Amino acid sequence: MSAALIWPRLVKRERPSLSIKILAPLVALMAATLINLLLYLIMGKNPVAVFHAMLLEPFISFASFSEVLLKTGPLLLIAEGLAIGYRAKVFNIGAEGQFIMGAIFASALPVWYPMATGQWIWPTMLLAGAIGGAMWAGITAFWRVRLRANEILVSLMLSLVATQVLNYLLLGPWKDPNGFNFPQSVMFQYDAMVPLLIPGTRVNASLLIALALALAAYVFMQKSFMGYKLEVGGLAPRAAGYAGFSEGRAIWLSLLIGGFAAGLAGAAEVAGPIGQLQRSISTGYGYAAIIVAYLGGLHPIGILFSSVLMAAIYIGGDNALVSADLPIAAVRVFQGSLLLSYLVALAFVRYRLVFARSASGGAS
Amino acid sequence: MVAPLLSLRGISKRYGEVRANQAVDLDVAPRSIHAILGENGAGKSTLMKLIYGVETPDSGEMLWEGAPLALASPSAARRRGIGMVFQHFSLFETLTVIENIRLVVPGRTRTLVTRIRELGAEFGLEVDPYAHIHQLSVGERQRVEIIRCLMTDPKLLILDEPTSVLPPQSVSRLFDTLQRLRDGGVSVLFISHKLEEIRAICDHATILRAGQVTGHVDPREHDAHDLARMMIGRDMPEPPPKASAKPGETRLELIGLTYAPDDPFAMPLKNLALTLKAGEILGIAGISGNGQAELSELISGEIRLPLEQREQVQMMGEPVGHLGAADRRNLGFSFVPEDRLGRGAVQGMSLARNSLLTAHPLGLVRHGLIAMAQAADFTRRCIADHDVRTSGVEAEASGLSGGNLQKFIVGREMMLAPKLFFLAQPTWGVDIGAATTIRQKLVALRNQGVAILVISEEIDELFDICDRIQVLSQGRLSPSLEARRTRPEDIGRYMIGAGTPT
Repeated sequence: MSAALIWPRLVKRERPSLSIKILAPLVALMAATLINLLLYLIMGKNPVAVFHAMLLEPFISFASFSEVLLKTGPLLLIAEGLAIGYRAKVFNIGAEGQFIMGAIFASALPVWYPMATGQWIWPTMLLAGAIGGAMWAGITAFWRVRLRANEILVSLMLSLVATQVLNYLLLGPWKDPNGFNFPQSVMFQYDAMVPLLIPGTRVNASLLIALALALAAYVFMQKSFMGYKLEVGGLAPRAAGYAGFSEGRAIWLSLLIGGFAAGLAGAAEVAGPIGQLQRSISTGYGYAAIIVAYLGGLHPIGILFSSVLMAAIYIGGDNALVSADLPIAAVRVFQGSLLLSYLVALAFVRYRLVFARSASGGAS
Repeated sequence: MVAPLLSLRGISKRYGEVRANQAVDLDVAPRSIHAILGENGAGKSTLMKLIYGVETPDSGEMLWEGAPLALASPSAARRRGIGMVFQHFSLFETLTVIENIRLVVPGRTRTLVTRIRELGAEFGLEVDPYAHIHQLSVGERQRVEIIRCLMTDPKLLILDEPTSVLPPQSVSRLFDTLQRLRDGGVSVLFISHKLEEIRAICDHATILRAGQVTGHVDPREHDAHDLARMMIGRDMPEPPPKASAKPGETRLELIGLTYAPDDPFAMPLKNLALTLKAGEILGIAGISGNGQAELSELISGEIRLPLEQREQVQMMGEPVGHLGAADRRNLGFSFVPEDRLGRGAVQGMSLARNSLLTAHPLGLVRHGLIAMAQAADFTRRCIADHDVRTSGVEAEASGLSGGNLQKFIVGREMMLAPKLFFLAQPTWGVDIGAATTIRQKLVALRNQGVAILVISEEIDELFDICDRIQVLSQGRLSPSLEARRTRPEDIGRYMIGAGTPT
C-alpha cells in the first residue's frame, strides 16, 4: 500500500456568493501585480519605482488621471458592447476591426468636406462611426447565421482586413496632400472635434456618452426582456429554442450592439484626442476591452470599474516606460497576466478546493 | 440461512445536505434474485453505485463472502465478481457487438465469439456477434450489456431498472434469463419501482424510502398494496376519475408528417398521421429513441419544416409546420419537454425569471421591460397551486429536485391556459404522489375541453389517462387505438414493430 496522497479536488459550488464574485477580480489584480513586480525584479528594474509609476501615479497626479479618464471612454464603450454579446455566448473578438471601421466612417466627413462648419459635424461623425462599426460586425453575423461560420475566427480575421483598409486609405486616396507623404489624413477642422469636457485636459464629451451608454447597457441587460432573451440563449440554448427565442436574431443583435459601440469609440478617438485619421489610432483597445469585459464580470457596473483600471494600466505603463525604463511590451504583459489571473480566480468562484484523502488502492 | 454473498452494515452516504443513504443494512444471499424497491430519489441508485465502486461510502462496512470489501473503482468491483448493467446503455452504436465486448474483455476474437454464442444459448441471450449496435433493438442491446458482464464470470449482477426500457413481450424473456442466471449460480440485484414485476421473479426485496431501509420482505408473501405502502409511506393514490369523452373541434393534426434529420443517429419519421380533438387525451406510447425526441421538437416548433411542408402539422386548423415555437405558442399551444434543466427551465436562473421563459405574454413584460413584481406574483401562484417544494421565487431552478422542477414547469404551462397542451414524458423521475397529481390535473383539463397530447414510456400511465393511444416505433406511428378496448399486449406488439430486425 502506498501512502495516501492528499491531492486537492475541485468541487462545484452550489451557488457562488456575491462577495466572492467581487473578490475574484481584486485578488486577480493583486496576483497579477505581484507576478509582474517579480518579473521587473528579475529584469533588474526597481520594483518600487515601477509600482509607483504604474499603479499610483495615474491616480495621484491630475494630469495623469485626466489621461486615464480619456482612455476610459473607449474601453468602457467597447467593453459594455462586447459584454452583451458575451453573455449571449456570441464571442465577438473583432472589436479592434470594428473600432477601426468606426474611425474610417467618421473620418469620411472631414476628409471629403474639410471646409464644412457647424456643430452638427461631430455628432454626425460619431453616428457614422457607430454605423460603420455595426456594419463591419454585421458581416460576421451574416456568415455566422447563414453558414454557421465561427464568429470568433471571422470577427478576428476581419480586424486584419480592417487594418489593411485603413492602410490603403492612408497611403492612397485619403493621404494628406500637404502631409510630407506621411500615411495620415488631413487634420480635422474645429467643428469635427468632440467638445472638451474638462478645460486644460484632453477629456471630451465622449466620456459622458460612454457613461450614458453604460447606463443604457445596465437597463438593457438587467431589466429588459430583450436582454433576458439574450441571456437565456447564452445560459441554455435549448431553453431559448424551447421558448421560441430566435438564435439568429440573438446573434445579429449581439454583434450589431458590439460593433455599434466599438465603431462609436473609434469615431470618438479620431474626432477627439487624435484629430485625424492615422495608422496608430488604436493601441489595442479592441483587444484590451475583452479583458475589461471579463474583469468586470460581464456586468455593466463591474465594467465601469474595470475600464478605469485598464485605462490606468495603459497610462501607468507609459509612465513606467519613461521613469522606470520598462520595455514597451510591459503593458501587454501586464494585461495578459491580469486576464490569466482572473480566469484562474474565476475557476475558484465556480469551484472550491477540497483536500480529501483519496481512497487507498487503485485510485490515482 | 446460508452465509450471504454480500452484506452491507450501516452504510451511509451524503451529498451536501442530502442524505442519500442512511445506515443501510442489506444481505444478498447466493443464488437469489434480490429486489431493491423504492421511489425515484429513495437512494436506490446511490446504493448501487456504492456496491459497484463508483462512489465510496461515508461510513459503514461492506462484506463480500464474509471478508471486508473496499472498492476504489468499478474495475475493482469487476475483479471481485460484481457486474452492473446501467439503465442507459454504454455501447458504441457504430461498432459491432464483438467490438464493443472486446473493448472490455481481453481475448482472441474467435474464442470471444464462441463464448458469446455459448452464453447466449445457456441464458437465452442470443445475439449476432457481428451485428452493429445501431441495428439492434433495445432488448437486444440489453442482452449485449448483460453478456458483456457475464464474460467476466460475475457472482453478483446488478440491473438498474432493466424493464423500464423494454416492451412488455421482452420483459418475460429477460425474466427467463434472470432465472436461468440464478440457477447457474449468479445472484441478481434487481432495481425497480414496478411492484408486479418484483412479485413475479424476486426471492427477496429490500425496500428503501428517503435513504433508509423500511423493510426486508419476501415479495411473494405480500400484495402490491403492502409493498406500495412500505415504499411510499402511505396508501397508493387513486387513479384519476374519467368522464366519458365529448370531443370537440380538431386542435392538432399531423398529415403525413415526414422528417429526415441531418444527424445520422436521429430517427427519421415516416408519414405520421394523427388527429387530436378538444376534450380528449391522446397518448403516444413507445420506447424513447424511436422518434419521440424528433416528434416532440417537430410539434413544439423547435424543428421547423420547410415552407412547402407546412401543411403536415396543423394546429387549431392552421398549417404551422414552418412556424417557430413562439408563433405556435401564440395560437394557444403549450408544451412540457422531456428535459427539464436546460430546456424546460434555465439552470442558473431563479424561478421567477424562469416563469418569464414562456409566461411573458401574461403581463410579465411591460414596454419591453421585465415586470419583476408581476413575474414574482405569477411564480408564487404557480408554487402554491402546484405544490412546488422550494424556498421561494428566488430559488434557482437547478436547486430544485427533478420532481419539483417538473411540477413547476407543468404548472407554468398550465397557467398559460392552453387550448392544446403537449407533454413529453411528464412523470419521468417524478415520485408517485406528484405523478398522480399531474395525471389528475391533466384529466381535469381534458374535461374542461383542452386537447392533450402525452408522449410516455409508461404504458400504465397512458392507460390511466388516455382516451386513445398510438404507438411510435422505428419512426412510424400506429393507427389510433381506443384505450378502453386495448390490452397492453396489443400496444406491445406495435412497440416491437413490423420493421424491427429481431
